[in-house]
Amino acid sequence: MHKLMASARKEFLLLIRDIGGIAILFIMPLVLIVTITLIQDSTFKTVSDAKIPILVVNNDHGNVSETILQGLEDSNAFEVNIKDTEEQAKDLVFKGKFQLAIIIPEDLSSGLAQKVAQNVDGIIAKFGIEDETESVTKPKIESKEVKLYFDPATQISFKNSVKNGIDKMVSKIETQSIYKAFQEQISDDASEVIFETENFITFTEILPKNNNKELIPNSVQHNVPAWTLFAIFFIIVPLSINMVKEKSQGTFVRLRTNPISYATVLGGKTLVYLVVCLIQFVLMLMVGVFLFPAIGLPTLDISGRLPLLFVVAIFAGLAAIGLGLLLGTVAKTQEQSAPFGATFVVILAALGGVWVPVFIMPKFMQTLSNISPMNWGLNAFYDVFLRHGSLLDILPEISLLFLFFLATTLIAIVYNEKKNTV
Amino acid sequence: MIKIEHISKKYKNADNFSLSDLNLLIHEKEIFGLLGPNGAGKTTLISILCSLIKPTSGSFSIAGLTYQKNKNQLKQLIGIVPQEYALYPSLTAFENLKYFGSMYGLKGKELDKKINDALDHLGLLAFANKNIDTFSGGMKRRVNLIASILHNPKVLFLDEPTVGVDVQSKNVIIEYLQQLNKNGTTIIYTSHHLNEAETFCTRVAIIDHGKLIVKGKPKELIDNSDGSNNLEDVFISLTGKALRDHA
Repeated sequence: MHKLMASARKEFLLLIRDIGGIAILFIMPLVLIVTITLIQDSTFKTVSDAKIPILVVNNDHGNVSETILQGLEDSNAFEVNIKDTEEQAKDLVFKGKFQLAIIIPEDLSSGLAQKVAQNVDGIIAKFGIEDETESVTKPKIESKEVKLYFDPATQISFKNSVKNGIDKMVSKIETQSIYKAFQEQISDDASEVIFETENFITFTEILPKNNNKELIPNSVQHNVPAWTLFAIFFIIVPLSINMVKEKSQGTFVRLRTNPISYATVLGGKTLVYLVVCLIQFVLMLMVGVFLFPAIGLPTLDISGRLPLLFVVAIFAGLAAIGLGLLLGTVAKTQEQSAPFGATFVVILAALGGVWVPVFIMPKFMQTLSNISPMNWGLNAFYDVFLRHGSLLDILPEISLLFLFFLATTLIAIVYNEKKNTV
Repeated sequence: MIKIEHISKKYKNADNFSLSDLNLLIHEKEIFGLLGPNGAGKTTLISILCSLIKPTSGSFSIAGLTYQKNKNQLKQLIGIVPQEYALYPSLTAFENLKYFGSMYGLKGKELDKKINDALDHLGLLAFANKNIDTFSGGMKRRVNLIASILHNPKVLFLDEPTVGVDVQSKNVIIEYLQQLNKNGTTIIYTSHHLNEAETFCTRVAIIDHGKLIVKGKPKELIDNSDGSNNLEDVFISLTGKALRDHA
């Protein structure tokens, strides 16, 4: 125990003597979390502060195009700019000046009205409401095409969401036109309401509740756990560098001749770097609770969750440290450990679902994700932050994190023994 | 004290043996010098005796103990002063020594006293609380030495302990080592300073190409070598004048 504490004290002294290193260790994750949350916050807001400028070429000038334009304005997501020609709009979009151009075709309103009237007439004739002898050969009405031009750099998710939105808008206009046509055919009184055009089926999102209070996830509740975990795992970079430095300085050679086990050496590092992880975690929480509301972001709600959050942070920290110990044991130079460590954390984060949710990943990647310690940590954090889980709920994840720590540390010890045993 | 039997060492991918069938007996309380040109195998032999690398074949024991059977006992018995400054640059001399002393189970006031006494002996007490990265080469060498003797080792291995230091630092180090030897520590050291070895060592062995060329008391070796006035003459006559550059 004396040797372990002496090792931990030495690690502590080495850390506090490297002021630049400490600043990077604590400040950069905070900068990261504030930046990412500010960027992602708009996607969680129903009303965005920033509107996306788009182009519309209205070749129709009828009631349908007016409804589309009104719908775009009402969405509050777009700043509509009208252009005269398709060529102009296309050119601007493909040059990246605008994300999107919508080209409304000529005679869309009249064409739709004709098509609907033709269909309604046909139906009514079938029911014998009108005299079938009046029917003549129906002219073929060409379908109309609303063209969408996207900036090639536009993300697929944005494209899909715009396409879905316009599709929904057009469907609604078509439906309302059909109802209107029926109404005109059936009733002579234009003011009489026969059809209710409002949606019969609506959607309500049911959120989990705690003490009758709905738990509404916001960007902060999503971002803080994800990026906190990312920062915690980045500990493997300074930790592995610390170990590689010991080899290059020759202090590791001295330690090998001392009557101290490698496990004790690693134990000292584990204790100190775990404290670093927890300080990082506390700083992240403080940013979420105190700084975010001050800069207009939602507050991080940690009420009643603090003990469980610390449990997850401790086990996530241990898993990260285990990985750092293994990397530091195997790597021979800082040129090996630093780039590998940093890249590996990014890969683990991607696999863990920090950027893209696991459920939309390809099947193979989903399987890989299951063996990413960052995925276990993220799920445990989400269990606590968003699903209001108990200790029992996070037990599987924290057990996996602990086993990961044991396995990586054990491999590091065995590797070191194999390499250095005389 | 140290019995080396048929030790050979060939590094991975190396063409030649670094040590070849080496036999040596070093007695208790000796100051034994391992001399040889660059690449002769001196550091390899010390590294083997300190359990840093495995011999390819052969065996050795220190005070009747082997690493295979008495690893921790043996580590407690020996001290090693590596060729490089095996110290933490951002820690003070005292913090470095406190840490390495703790690794031998030393603690509290006893350890503090040992550190302060040794620093005082080697003229470093005034610099105890200065970071190692502010020290000169000679000062680092002295702290490097103290870090290896705080636990009073029975056997002290020194790999080029006076390389790159000024005359004053060298004298302080040599005097301190002689003091340790008087108190019962067996010293095995490697050096390129043959004049230093001639006066400092009770016995020396000259190694070349991994083989033991000759061993004995410096004076005897000089007397037995025709035309040699000092150990350097003996060394040149046995190992030749050819450069020993190797990569």
